[in-house]
Amino acid sequence: MLELTPKEIMENRHITINPCKTCEPVGAMFCALGVENCMPHSHGSQGCCSYHRTVLSRHFKEPAMATSSSFTEGASVFGGRSNLTTAVKNIFDIYDPDIIAIHTTCLSETIGDDVGNYIMDLEVSDDKTVLYASTPSYEGSHIQGFSNMMIGIMKYMTQKAAVKSNRAAIFPGWVNPGDDRELKRIAGVMGVDYIYFPDHEGILETPMTGKYKYFPKGAGTSAADIKALGTAKKLIAMGHITSSEPAEFLDKQYKVPFSLIPMPIGVKLTDKYVMALREISHQEVPQTLEDERGRLVDLMLDSHTYTYNKTAAIYGDPDIVYSFTSLCIEMGMIPKYVITGTPKEEFTRQVSALLKEHGIDTGKCVIKADTDLFYLHQLIKNEPVDILIGSSYGKQIAKAENIPIIRMGFPVLDRYGNTIQPTVGYAGAIRYVEKITCALMDKVDAEAKDEDFDVVM
Amino acid sequence: MNERDLLLEKYSSRVFKNRKSHITQLEMSDEQDTITANTRAIPGIATARGCCYAGCKGVVVGPMKDAVTITHGPIGCAFYSWGTRRNKAKTEEGGKNFIPYSFCTDMRPTDIVFGGEKKLEEGIDEIMAIFNPKCIFICSTCPIGLIGDDVQAVAREVEKKYGIKAIGFSCEGYKGVSQSSGHHIANNGLMKQVIGTGDKKPMGKYSLNILGEYNIGGDGWEEERILKKIGYEIVSVFTGDGSYETMKNAHLADLNLVMCHRSINYVAQMMKTKYGIDWLKVNFIGIGATCKTLRMIAEYFQDTELIAKTEEVIAQELEAISDDMEYYRSMLKGKTAGIFTGGSRSHHYQSLLRDLGIETIIAGYEFAHRDDYEGRDIISEIKPDADSKNIEEIAVSRDEELYKERYSGEKLEELKEKGIEIDTYDGMFPDMKKGYMVVDDYNMFETDELIQTMKPDIFFSGIKDKYSIQKQGVVSRQLHSYDYSGPYAGFNGAVIFGRDVTMSIYTKAWVLTTPPWKTAALLGGRIGGEN
Repeated sequence: MLELTPKEIMENRHITINPCKTCEPVGAMFCALGVENCMPHSHGSQGCCSYHRTVLSRHFKEPAMATSSSFTEGASVFGGRSNLTTAVKNIFDIYDPDIIAIHTTCLSETIGDDVGNYIMDLEVSDDKTVLYASTPSYEGSHIQGFSNMMIGIMKYMTQKAAVKSNRAAIFPGWVNPGDDRELKRIAGVMGVDYIYFPDHEGILETPMTGKYKYFPKGAGTSAADIKALGTAKKLIAMGHITSSEPAEFLDKQYKVPFSLIPMPIGVKLTDKYVMALREISHQEVPQTLEDERGRLVDLMLDSHTYTYNKTAAIYGDPDIVYSFTSLCIEMGMIPKYVITGTPKEEFTRQVSALLKEHGIDTGKCVIKADTDLFYLHQLIKNEPVDILIGSSYGKQIAKAENIPIIRMGFPVLDRYGNTIQPTVGYAGAIRYVEKITCALMDKVDAEAKDEDFDVVM
Repeated sequence: MNERDLLLEKYSSRVFKNRKSHITQLEMSDEQDTITANTRAIPGIATARGCCYAGCKGVVVGPMKDAVTITHGPIGCAFYSWGTRRNKAKTEEGGKNFIPYSFCTDMRPTDIVFGGEKKLEEGIDEIMAIFNPKCIFICSTCPIGLIGDDVQAVAREVEKKYGIKAIGFSCEGYKGVSQSSGHHIANNGLMKQVIGTGDKKPMGKYSLNILGEYNIGGDGWEEERILKKIGYEIVSVFTGDGSYETMKNAHLADLNLVMCHRSINYVAQMMKTKYGIDWLKVNFIGIGATCKTLRMIAEYFQDTELIAKTEEVIAQELEAISDDMEYYRSMLKGKTAGIFTGGSRSHHYQSLLRDLGIETIIAGYEFAHRDDYEGRDIISEIKPDADSKNIEEIAVSRDEELYKERYSGEKLEELKEKGIEIDTYDGMFPDMKKGYMVVDDYNMFETDELIQTMKPDIFFSGIKDKYSIQKQGVVSRQLHSYDYSGPYAGFNGAVIFGRDVTMSIYTKAWVLTTPPWKTAALLGGRIGGEN
């Protein structure tokens, strides 16, 4: 596997080999799927829509609804207005969503299609909404596309509010439905009344009933809630890179102050979430939640002998990689390589600061944004690690170098059950501490000589 | 009202007008069945189709293992087409296998504004330094044609600079109406620049190319196993586990076998014109189909020894699988199926399903042309439209040096009379029965409606449909990527397919869908008179 990858690293490479990111539109599509009765629409060639639906279905093992403007050569020359107008009519006729959330592609952006203008000219009934976000594939990554769609939705739907309500707003960032459920549960336990946006709980994890609905009833952030986001007294936004622009937008346009915290993975970062909620509800943390935390810390202490000073390569999307770096540090591990494909230099600064905060010598680690898995593999070939933590694509490196891999983030294409369970919160960390420890211990078992093979640990 | 009318009735008049000619319920009128295909999908209808790039890079050129295929454009297309099709490839002794890799120029705003050719060239220099491949393919994504990057010119420069083979494919996503245009563009490139450039003659008595076999789940390997057992030499496979090194010599084979007619028929036809190689439309999906295919190939060569050997191998193979097939047939007999795939499998799999006692009552294609449904005889009736005219048709002529007539025209006619299907394909319609539904460019809505009205027991489609079908309580298996299973071709593949379908129909979880409290009354409360 990957035997053509040499050890020698070529600096400042122009060609991307084995990417660690994908394009903006899929993020926009994913974001829009977290809105109730909303059809994501891809304004470009059919292939974009097909590829995005495919990768989302493969990650969630769920249908991912979306439509396309089906550009042909003609539309690419003369503009996509007529395709979009037809598409909107057909989508309302056939699939009957309340909202159509359009995102652009590299094609419609390159030809300069003015989608904002096109949709102003559409005849849409009062109970329906057509909105759009610009997501040129040649900028940022899927993470940026997710943020842009959040802003797009708010721009078209959120109303100015003179009076604040008693509700808070929560932006979870790019997480799985299992995380949505856990984040909402914690907010509920903490006595916070909230608007949660976007919300994939019950959408990309619909229960098996024998009936299929294009838009699961009562799931996703409702239009009413999106409209009311401006009334929120406070916003908790998670993931510095995914959620900062949407949070700043809500603050600037609707005067909703925010706390921007990392994705709550592991003890300390979940503590931050709990503390932010506590500040809103002015309610003490209930014993049940404290017990959850206590069980997590207990588990970390129990298992530390197998994780202490073990080195990890953590790769994937910037916010989840940052937070997993924190979890690994709590487990006594050394985050040796911390990599994202997303071109955001803040990532490097943030992770370096995190390492320094914990007294880890950053000189011995590589922290890099805007890079690829080919580079990560080369680093590992020079100095190996004990475990890989990231998306399914790392499994090639894992096989090539005989290193255990723990799947997290996006996309996990080759395993079931991950997305309906939490990664965030104390519960998510318990799950991942178990996974990481088991993987390391399985390797010890697999490689132990008979005389060293222990039943007790 | 028949199921077709019930479905179409739900559409607005605008959509109805377009879709009615794409949906045919067979033999329901006195007129000859026909269908509209290879025309634009309606925007917003949730078509299953992909794009030209997907057809060129994803389907045809991507599986060639010793070539570095560079996606020239922003990152997405390279990411989505990386290891997602299950076109398997083995590394040859001392050879290079680039299948696990994804290469992309990862264009940024400045590249879009100022052009991406320089970045592409720099990227190729790096690829040469790191990997030193013998062949490079450059596949264009949507922005490339719009900003005017000339990938062909870059490829020509690369050939000069490094003395390797380099081909630029202008397969921008918006070209044509589906993946089909990308197949055509890929076929043209391979025909113009690869096929016929080698001189390694086959050693065996009879040699074959397998065209349109992408080795999904290892299908091609099972086909090769059987063919080699009979004694054929396989010169090249287009393109699953295929290579630039072997494709160069494809013109020296005795006969072309065509599996996926849609994606590769251009090459088959052009090789016939240029080199005189006849082609047989074969089908290795299904026991009956495989036997028929093997017999046709042997008959084509008119060699009694070969025919006898073929019968011997068929007998051995059937013997080895008969118990398993009998068991799966007993489990599956009488079931009905729907199949929605790209452009060939909805036909191929009907044979295998029939072997297992399953009738295919719904079949549809994403990107087929009329001839894939109705047979090649109607090709002259197909009128080119604005979209198909944009895809280059290359004219090839007889290569005076390399052209070799295999049989005289008279002899060919004689062989055809005997049932050897040379240079022809009758399409899917003839293998389907009255009342069965055929859908071109199917979409999400039609899939769901037809499941409700025609109630198939199992529906084969791709990942985009799989879960919505399953959630309706209908078994769904992926026929694009085989749900991480396969091979399904040939004799051994048929057993694996039987096992997989049986598994999915009989898996225990289906009966758990309804919880007990939905069917049992809740007894409780107070009986009258009690305090």
